[in-house]
Amino acid sequence: MIMPSRKTVHIRVNGVMQKRDVEPRTTLVDFLRDELALTGTHVGCEHGVCGACSVLLDDEPVRSCCMFAVQADGMNVTTVEGLAPERGCLSKIQDAFCEKHALQCGYCTPGMLIASHALIAHNPHPSEAEVREAISGNLCRCTGYQQIVDAVLHATTSEEPSHE
Amino acid sequence: MKAAAFDYIRADNTEHALHLLQQHGGDAKLIAGGQSLVPMMAMRLARPEWLVDIHRLEELKVIELAPEHVTLGASVRQCEVERHVELGRRLPLIHQALHWVGHQQTRNRGTVGGSLAYADPSAELPLTALVLGATFHIHSADNGPSQVAAEDFFMGPMFTALGDTDLLHHVDWPLWQGERIGSSFQETAIRHGDFAMASAACQVQRDANGRVVRASFGLGGVSGTPLVFSDLAQQLVGQHLNAALAKDVAHAAAQTCDPGNDMHASADYRRHLAAVLLTRALLEAVSTKE
Repeated sequence: MIMPSRKTVHIRVNGVMQKRDVEPRTTLVDFLRDELALTGTHVGCEHGVCGACSVLLDDEPVRSCCMFAVQADGMNVTTVEGLAPERGCLSKIQDAFCEKHALQCGYCTPGMLIASHALIAHNPHPSEAEVREAISGNLCRCTGYQQIVDAVLHATTSEEPSHE
Repeated sequence: MKAAAFDYIRADNTEHALHLLQQHGGDAKLIAGGQSLVPMMAMRLARPEWLVDIHRLEELKVIELAPEHVTLGASVRQCEVERHVELGRRLPLIHQALHWVGHQQTRNRGTVGGSLAYADPSAELPLTALVLGATFHIHSADNGPSQVAAEDFFMGPMFTALGDTDLLHHVDWPLWQGERIGSSFQETAIRHGDFAMASAACQVQRDANGRVVRASFGLGGVSGTPLVFSDLAQQLVGQHLNAALAKDVAHAAAQTCDPGNDMHASADYRRHLAAVLLTRALLEAVSTKE
């Protein structure tokens, strides 16, 4: 039986550099939730199917259950807590999720928000098909997806300039 | 659903990675994107004692467009291939295949080499490599560098020519020369992004009169490895590939497959699906304008 040595990682999370000693088998999602108490990112299937654990890794959406924290050493992570422009505010997409009732139980929501933010970062006015493609790696068991699609389209087609 | 304990080391270069593989033998596993390995570790289907991380090695991230082939380093991420416009223009089949590989979140981490080395019988990139006749460049701690053809690389479900102390270094994907080359990748899965129940890939070249001069096609998800049908493809040469011919040849290919029954589909259904998808692929490949 191997007795693994703990590894020191430096990971910038939501703009703040975090230094921790972690066991190699600690997944990135467990690191975020257990070490940093950022419990907005949800643990779902833990094998890369449901998308609830999605975070941005160097601005690209990835599944944080399918990588170990040691692999993210030196990289930038954005979680759902880091999407809003400031504390107490909502991002435009988050606001649209409220407006269009895009969540019921809320379990998939952080992953859906991450996927949607990643989409509009390079495609500010997506078509419905592009929205559906962007959230295709995220399972939702409540909404039937329609309100989520509606929310992203609402946020990206309204007149006001986006703050993202 | 947590991985068993292991120790982790980030390799400095290929030689270092090979040295670590030699030192730890079957107890060590290479990790790049981890999109196959980490779920297997979470389910404890894999319990390596050492993970050797090769994801950041620049020498494995080469994308090179030569006149006769495209070279992709083993640690090139799938999303990097997807975004490479010129590569997609010269090797459209790989872009068509990537459309079906997982989701954006997995393609952002997952590598070309990882998908090939894990060799899921339903995975898209192994089928593509086989249809195009890719060459696998392997570095071995014990035996030095070697080359393996795609048809010899895939040996069974999740089983390849790679040994415990081997590292897949890069893969050369041949570029067909000339004009009027079309390709297509077709798939049916339970949900988009899942592994295929069946998939079909093909590339066809025609002459100015529309007759086939060269063809290659294969099926995925209907056997322990992806399958390529060279003899049947040869029969297309000199002919006009119309709907009746496409259906005949696809049916003949599907009949030779021996898929299993599982909770998602019976063997008969998979064979039927394979024939439908391959017919569709062949006809789409010759409908491409060029």
